[in-house]
Amino acid sequence: MSNETTLIFQHSRPGRSATAQAPKPVSEDQLSAIPASLRRKNKPGLPEVGELEVVRHYTNLSTKNFAIDKQFYPLGSCTMKYNPRGANRAAMLPGFLNRHPLAPASHSQGYLACMYELQNFLKEVTGMKGVSLAPMAGAQGEFAGVAMIRAYHEARGDDARTEILIPEAAHGTNPATAVMCGYKVREVPVGKNGDVDLEALKEACGPQTAGLMMTNPSTCGVFERQIEAISKAVHDAGGLLYYDGANLNAILGKVRPGDMGFDVIHMNLHKTFATPHGGGGPGAGPVGVSQRLLDYLPTPMAGRDEESGGSSGEYHWIDTDTLPTSIGHLSAFMGNAGVLLRAYFYAMVLGRQGMIRVGEYSTLAANYLLKRLEAIGCQAAYPDRRASHEFILTFAKLAKDQHVTALDIAKRLLDYNQHAPTIYFPLLVPECFLIEPTETETKEAMDDFVDAMEQILNEAKTDPETVTEAPFTQPVRRLDEVKAAKELDLVWSE
Amino acid sequence: MSEIPAELRYRDSHEWVRVEDDVAVVGITDHAQDSMGDLVFVEMPEVGVVFAAGDEAGVVESVKAASDIYAPVSGEVVAINEALEDEPELVNNEPYAGGWLFKIKMADSGELKEMLTADQYQEQIDSE
Amino acid sequence: MPYIPHTEDDVQAMLAAIGADSIEQLFDEIPAHLKAGSSLDALPEGQGEMEVTRLMADRAEQDRFALSFIGGGAYAHHIPAAVWEIATRGEYYTAYTPYQAEASQGTLQVIYEYQTLIARLTGMDVSNASVYDGASGLAEAVLMSLRANRKSKSRKVLVPEALNPRYRSACDAIVRNQDVELVSVPFCTDAGQTLVDGLKEHEGQDFAALVISQPNYFGSLEDVDALTDWAHANGMLVIAVVNPTSLALLTPPGEWGEQGADIVVGEGQPLGIPLSSGGPYFGFMACTKKHVRQMPGRIIGRTIDMEGKQGFTLTLQAREQHIRRSKATSNICTNQGLAMTAATIYTSLLGPDGLASVAGHCHANTQKLADKLCALDGVERAFTAPVFHEVALTLPQDADTVLAKLAEKDILGGLSLAKDYSMKNAILVNATEVHTEGDLDLFAQALKEVLA
Repeated sequence: MSNETTLIFQHSRPGRSATAQAPKPVSEDQLSAIPASLRRKNKPGLPEVGELEVVRHYTNLSTKNFAIDKQFYPLGSCTMKYNPRGANRAAMLPGFLNRHPLAPASHSQGYLACMYELQNFLKEVTGMKGVSLAPMAGAQGEFAGVAMIRAYHEARGDDARTEILIPEAAHGTNPATAVMCGYKVREVPVGKNGDVDLEALKEACGPQTAGLMMTNPSTCGVFERQIEAISKAVHDAGGLLYYDGANLNAILGKVRPGDMGFDVIHMNLHKTFATPHGGGGPGAGPVGVSQRLLDYLPTPMAGRDEESGGSSGEYHWIDTDTLPTSIGHLSAFMGNAGVLLRAYFYAMVLGRQGMIRVGEYSTLAANYLLKRLEAIGCQAAYPDRRASHEFILTFAKLAKDQHVTALDIAKRLLDYNQHAPTIYFPLLVPECFLIEPTETETKEAMDDFVDAMEQILNEAKTDPETVTEAPFTQPVRRLDEVKAAKELDLVWSE
Repeated sequence: MSEIPAELRYRDSHEWVRVEDDVAVVGITDHAQDSMGDLVFVEMPEVGVVFAAGDEAGVVESVKAASDIYAPVSGEVVAINEALEDEPELVNNEPYAGGWLFKIKMADSGELKEMLTADQYQEQIDSE
Repeated sequence: MPYIPHTEDDVQAMLAAIGADSIEQLFDEIPAHLKAGSSLDALPEGQGEMEVTRLMADRAEQDRFALSFIGGGAYAHHIPAAVWEIATRGEYYTAYTPYQAEASQGTLQVIYEYQTLIARLTGMDVSNASVYDGASGLAEAVLMSLRANRKSKSRKVLVPEALNPRYRSACDAIVRNQDVELVSVPFCTDAGQTLVDGLKEHEGQDFAALVISQPNYFGSLEDVDALTDWAHANGMLVIAVVNPTSLALLTPPGEWGEQGADIVVGEGQPLGIPLSSGGPYFGFMACTKKHVRQMPGRIIGRTIDMEGKQGFTLTLQAREQHIRRSKATSNICTNQGLAMTAATIYTSLLGPDGLASVAGHCHANTQKLADKLCALDGVERAFTAPVFHEVALTLPQDADTVLAKLAEKDILGGLSLAKDYSMKNAILVNATEVHTEGDLDLFAQALKEVLA
């Protein structure tokens, strides 16, 4: 691991440059058409460095990251599965990389063919009637989904629907999305077994209900068993059902959201379809809809001549000129194409059997890891339930008895070269870990994690400071986040 | 055990009020600051704004949480604690003194009667 | 099994540890009849990496050759080989959002450096860690201006017609459900610019902000100082929409007018991101320090660890959805990490002089292209305003027809302005540093043939 702590700006020396990379300067004459009053007075303070320095600096910095390529990364709700290198190579083919987003369909048949097939693939795997690939991330997929629900009610003149119902265990994006779509949020309680409180839900439903947003399996890591009753209650009240695809990996190939009664779903391709997380993005959040929301899908989408009565087999764009009821464009162009191509590659490699195996083996891994961790003394939050593709542990007792918290254990795991699971989510389980091993990890990788946890639990009893002061082996120790928030230093200055 | 001065009035959302003539001095309780952790920012109302009791009046932020502050009584904001801009930790260190948030000129002092006494507030946090 | 490593022995050992007889048993909490629909018959059989790569290579080849002069918000630039060689290292490519700061110092420092270079390029105090793209970034900026402009009670923002129409429509789709109204400002049809004169009717009215695009969709350079001062005099914030390459030459928004712009957004694609059919790109977003708590998205801060050593961490998280839920500044969760990493490497390689040189070539080549095309009979510049690296031209014939004929010759001759501006005979063309003199001549020759 590198000790690089200097900033690229600190390597800068006036007049130094990566000479091979910039064209020769143009003469002032050639810039004479730009009025002097609009010209920059001082050149921007960008680094002036050589090519090797840049390569070395960013290579060294990279070594300070944990990553799936280096470590077990069981971050619950994030599906950190292997990101096939083949998908990266295929998406970086020059024909795809150099295609301008506004190139005419005549020069885009190869790309459109991939997108058209991916739409159909996702339709089948989710059991929905139509799919748009336009949303650029899960959160934007959520936005598109709720915006379609709103467009649907508005088109029917049903303007009394002002509320979106959300289980209290939901991810914070759900309520934030509902508000972005102009709705009020009503939270629905979750029972002790991780299922939604059905009676409370029924009471909350009414003529003001626009819809319900939920994940299944839920953020509690268990399958919502009353899903059909929930679906009925919301539909009977005139609301629509939104499926947050955060946990789709658990049921891929096993149960389809469309068959559970959902009207709209977003998928996180960077989770379920193995596209990379890239240190925080880009992702892609395609949306699928039932029959009644087809008219509102965001554009553009890929279409094929045969569908509209032709016979050439050519592909084209479907845009707002042919689908005027669409909620419209959510980006300047058509979403994160490069991510979609990676997902297409993954889907084509997996095929039908491979899709079914995703749900099966991610569930097998999670249930195995849960049993092993319970056997070394970890407390499951829902001990009587099957794990889905992920599960929750609670360290509330340890925190009370030994003053060792979930955060401490997470930090100590880093010293054992294990990425920590998601911590303190969902909020309703105290001192919790949300653990998701995924189907691509070996049994040995999971066993190593269990060994590390066992040692840490021992340390918590015999030598708690090793845990509460961890990590010791990383580039930095625990950081002063209060200082970071109080004395804002967001931009470097000499 | 957190401190709950007997002479103050409280809201169930953890604000306290100290009455100075017709002005209510507002802050958050020792219990509230303790459960938030180190505060890093306090968002204040502007002087001159008029609140009804229960209106959102500001926000206190720690690193991992943010909590709304509600106006405990109706009236006009006549002062804010400007020291908190640079030293939000005053709310942690002296929640009932230097860590006050803002002052409201009360429109109806009768509202005070509907607030919790120290004993009632103690009961409430015991039951949480 | 592709990407699943388990042997039959592994599976049996895991099932034994669980106490289950079969994998199917693990799904026993799911009502049986719900499972019936998922035989997935419409899906193809899986294939190996070799076969799928061949299929996609053939498809990519279909789209491969065309000489393109299309801009419209995404521009072809030379990308140094080192940019994506490094950005796709597994440590960047397969990491996630830096929740565990101690194990993510690489990504966190890159973001801090990125924030610094965006602030310096735009002349602003602070930057976030990026948003999805320029158009959605504008929507976030519009929503931010409603929160940040405390003097205004309005939910209306002034948006020039000369702003990229794709930005206008995406922005509208994102903000309209919150009762936000985007009010159009006309442009001068001679100059192709947004003039203060066109704003006069809104003098003294309550708007949260004025959007200023530099350059605008026609490539024209706006009088940003006058527009900025007018907005501030009328109690509005200024949202700048800028091209990052151009900022190596043009006045940064932080120095526009007397006080500078308040919020700056733009498409980051020109900074080392391939065209790749429209994404993934990234939107950059910067603002004055005063408004930082109203900015959406991830923000990284520099701090120290318990031993006093420099380190980086997520900060100001209380603005974000995972803490504030329904009261968050936005529902956005992450940033466009990988694209932003590539841009940081690109900008470091180019440096201030390199970027200025790229910008200079873009401008000079576009001027040259316009001159060559305008030498043809009946082709002329549509507007009089000076341009940066894109220019609107009127043709003696219907633009859509001409572009289709050019495409048959494998020349993508820009964008038609027919649909968005009812300028039936007008096209928008762009040239950058990647175009050679020979490329420009090919275009001119082809256009000559098409018009003949």
